[in-house]
Amino acid sequence: MSVDLPGTGGGVEAAPAAAPAAANGRWAGGRATPGASLRDIRPQRRRVWRDRRNTALILLAVGLTMTPVVMILYQITAKGIATMDWGFLTSSMPFSFRREGGGFFNGLVGTGIMVGIASLVSVPLGVLAAVYLVEYGKKNWLAKLIRFFSDVMTGVPSVFVGLFVYTALVIPFGFGALMGAASLAIIMMPIIVRSTEEMLKLVPQELKDAGYALGAAKWQTVVRVVLPSAAPGITTGVMLAVARAAGETAPLILTALGSYQLTAALWGEPISSLTLAIFDGARNPFAAGQARAWAGALELLIIVLIFTVGARVVASRSRIAR
Amino acid sequence: MLLRRSVRSAPSSLSASGTASAGVWRRKGVGRRADSLFAVLAALSGVLILGILGWMVVSTTGTALPVFGSQGISFITSSRWSPSDGEFGTLAFIYGTVVTSVIALLIAVPLSLGVSLFLTEYSPKRLKGPVGQAVDLLAAVPSVIYGLWGVFILLPLFLQPVSDFLAEYLGFIPIFKGPPSGLSYFGAGVILAIMITPIITSLCREVFETVPGADRHAAYALGATKWEVIRQAVLPRARAGIVGATMLGLGRALGETIAVALLIGSSVSIDASIVRPGYSMAAVIANQFQEATGDHIRALVGIGVVLFALTIIINMAARALVWRFNRT
Repeated sequence: MSVDLPGTGGGVEAAPAAAPAAANGRWAGGRATPGASLRDIRPQRRRVWRDRRNTALILLAVGLTMTPVVMILYQITAKGIATMDWGFLTSSMPFSFRREGGGFFNGLVGTGIMVGIASLVSVPLGVLAAVYLVEYGKKNWLAKLIRFFSDVMTGVPSVFVGLFVYTALVIPFGFGALMGAASLAIIMMPIIVRSTEEMLKLVPQELKDAGYALGAAKWQTVVRVVLPSAAPGITTGVMLAVARAAGETAPLILTALGSYQLTAALWGEPISSLTLAIFDGARNPFAAGQARAWAGALELLIIVLIFTVGARVVASRSRIAR
Repeated sequence: MLLRRSVRSAPSSLSASGTASAGVWRRKGVGRRADSLFAVLAALSGVLILGILGWMVVSTTGTALPVFGSQGISFITSSRWSPSDGEFGTLAFIYGTVVTSVIALLIAVPLSLGVSLFLTEYSPKRLKGPVGQAVDLLAAVPSVIYGLWGVFILLPLFLQPVSDFLAEYLGFIPIFKGPPSGLSYFGAGVILAIMITPIITSLCREVFETVPGADRHAAYALGATKWEVIRQAVLPRARAGIVGATMLGLGRALGETIAVALLIGSSVSIDASIVRPGYSMAAVIANQFQEATGDHIRALVGIGVVLFALTIIINMAARALVWRFNRT
């Protein structure tokens, strides 16, 4: 503990009387001269003033941070609602940013396909990797290595993941939904591994012992006892990973490329996503295109928030998680 | 007592289904082979992460190698970026990435410290939930939405007026020299600050919460004001954690792409003034990729490799710091 203890003079006398005695203690304001009167309360005033000033600064910081939250929520909703209607949700982009009408249905489908495939790949692999870390590897060198590098992977810029998939898959096979999904899966997997690992660690040893006592093999215990009891926590991590993937733009520019047309092809042709459509709308100078971008932003924000809030609800219902 | 209860309750609730499913397990199981198969499968999934990471480095570096070879060291020391002439100097982008990230940290770190101190030391219970959730919400917003909001709302409302003001009244200082632009290092830095504040806040909050209550009470008992408690009991214990949180925020800021691409002004130049337009590494990849061909694409991949190396170094250092903090 590193608190500087000022002189303890004063005893029962309250803090003001103790201050001059603590002439070399920082809490006395530091400037109280040894000869000063015991009644001299100027250093105390300075301390109180400094306390109030810093309280005010902290409240200011909170206010400054809350401002963008309120502004973003309000303006996305207000500007998005203006263009949002059934037609926006169910029709695809017109070929010109000048034209009004149309919507981001092609983007919604693209996001759905790519996030769906990415989840199908990354969830089982991520959960299995976490099972390895907790049940098999534990503290051996391989487990430590995997743990460290999945942390490293969560810090890799998503645009770099896009570049990797471009060099590895797009150059030989072309742009498409599968390539976009591959980049999203790479972004999701380390998130799922780390969150699942935390959840599996919380499964009590007694539950596993009960499984073994019934004659179950280790894999049976994992599949039928450990995973089900950690399921809510795992779901939380997966939902957060899905929310993250649905909001990614940069890797998709390099892998899915974007398209004005509605397509469900898995490869061979570029595909759009909600985020790519919003990005295009934000970069163009025409009012109609920008209006669609705002509505798309509202649509995306709602989807992302459903998953983030849903993750919280599932987590709060989990019995073994805190 | 405990033992007896569990023994008594176990048969009543588990015996029927328990023995039955044990039987099912035996019939279904492929014996010992299934067990080792599962272990191998799990280990392979883990190794896959290492494999992908390794493949990432090899594949991108391999693609960029011809450009690294032809440009040599001037790839990172020259600021002449002229794809049509085959000149790929990326110093302007590296400069832009560093400058915007530093601006973002200068704004985000004080804000995050303020908010996390508010949440751990000041906030009444009623406010803790809403403020904490609002910060988490800021973390959940996708970067393309920040970009859209930044360009159409923050730019006319805040960035442009502030840039004009800085250039007009503080323009004699080189870093604020005009003519000002709202789409600038400063603009990108502000939007980055908003994006990384929730990350730094939540990490700092965790760190502050590990400071034992006894330390605080001891300081209060000695007559310390609230600020003195924070200054001398809370902050010193949290120093390593705060540095680690800052570096993780920095790692995120370096790699942020879309919002920066929309707000930095897309000008390939090195300007000492923060109210002038510039470019960042991630932004140039996102903006130029769709029109690029041949060596231009290889050069963009090369920028990605440099960016990757930069973020990996920052992240590893941050992890090391946070890890050291958690251990003590």
